[in-house]
Amino acid sequence: MSQSLFEKIGGTAAVDAAVDVFYRKVLSDERISDFFDAVDMERQAAKQKAFLTMALGGPNNYSGADMRRGHAHLVARGLNDAHFDAVMENLAATLQELNVPAELIAEAAAICESTRNDVLGR
Amino acid sequence: MYEINYSGRAVACTENETVLECLLRNGIEHPHSCRNGSCQTCMVQAVAGSVPQQASAPLKPSLREQGYFLPCICHPQDNLDIRPVAIMERLQVAVTGIKSLGRNLVQVKLQRPEGFAYRPGQFINLFRDDNISRCYSLASHPHHEDELVLHVRRLPHGRVSGWIHDELSQGDKIEVSGPLGDSFYVVDDQQQPLMLIGTGTGLAPLYGIIRDALHHGHTGPIHLYHGARDAADLYLGEELQRLQAEYGHFHYVPCVSGQASGDRYAAGRALDVALQRHPQLKGWRVFLCGNPEMVKLARKRAFMAGAAMQDIYADAFTVSA
Repeated sequence: MSQSLFEKIGGTAAVDAAVDVFYRKVLSDERISDFFDAVDMERQAAKQKAFLTMALGGPNNYSGADMRRGHAHLVARGLNDAHFDAVMENLAATLQELNVPAELIAEAAAICESTRNDVLGR
Repeated sequence: MYEINYSGRAVACTENETVLECLLRNGIEHPHSCRNGSCQTCMVQAVAGSVPQQASAPLKPSLREQGYFLPCICHPQDNLDIRPVAIMERLQVAVTGIKSLGRNLVQVKLQRPEGFAYRPGQFINLFRDDNISRCYSLASHPHHEDELVLHVRRLPHGRVSGWIHDELSQGDKIEVSGPLGDSFYVVDDQQQPLMLIGTGTGLAPLYGIIRDALHHGHTGPIHLYHGARDAADLYLGEELQRLQAEYGHFHYVPCVSGQASGDRYAAGRALDVALQRHPQLKGWRVFLCGNPEMVKLARKRAFMAGAAMQDIYADAFTVSA
């Protein structure tokens, strides 16, 4: 049986390694940092971890409805495609920095892309 | 929308509220205090339903396993049956000494109750009466002091701090509960550099943590930046300088952000001075304590300077009169 993306990337350990790198990038990205700034950082970090686990094909229970509900307050504040793209960029840059092969990064990007309409409430 | 069953009474928790907010909105007088997951006053036990990991994260593993969680930081993702916990046992202790440490600042010594084990850096709840309590950090170290030592700043209109300053005296009996909090030294990487930044009486737990690290033979450098607006609000300077003379790898930098004369103090806010001197914190363990705004900003800046999220220990002093 072939390995899943999550297994190929290195599982939970890979997510642990990626979460701080990713979160630092997001916080220093002026296009999107406002969406992340006001909230409790530890709670945010936990959310980033949940996001990365999902993006890397790991175990998660998110439904499209969860994605809509979880981001509705951000959509109300103006969350749009440009912000979504910025997050995708930061994700790719994080995985590159951690020497994840390009084809696996593409797989992760595809998983994220599949949530776009739910995240943006369309 | 999830249903919360509180000792037989069912209430509906709306999208954006915590379990605690839901209980209070429905007129259930559940005890609470800080509302941010620090003081654990509102802790409850889940008898059915799954609790989001976040809501029990601040608790000891032994409590988590029993289904305890903090409703003030719980956004439910399941229907929950919960019940209030028998309030943490209150212990009666004698006040064994009160002395001034500086302007509007006293040191309170309390008899340590039999079997009361704590980690330096943790805090206790101190009760003025049945309804009014406040959290105070422990500045003591069980190896160095038999008693529990607190640093209490008089707050404007402080109902507990004013009472401590004006009315409490040696020999009085008061009630405390605890210990609480997870900001303390863990014996792990003994070579790891430690950065401690505190404002005002945020020094109290840091003083305990520093001495605990030294007690456990920590060999990495230990840097303390203690800040206040006025030099008159810095304290324990002599003790900390003595500690610095005794341990070459402990460095104490008092900081004054207002007007200060002479070169005894670094000029600027403790956080700014610390990060100016140590712009890279990758691999460091960081302890932050005091003013909530400082702690919040410092957590972000320490993280952006490279400290791992799990290596940042923060204890924000939420102030209530």
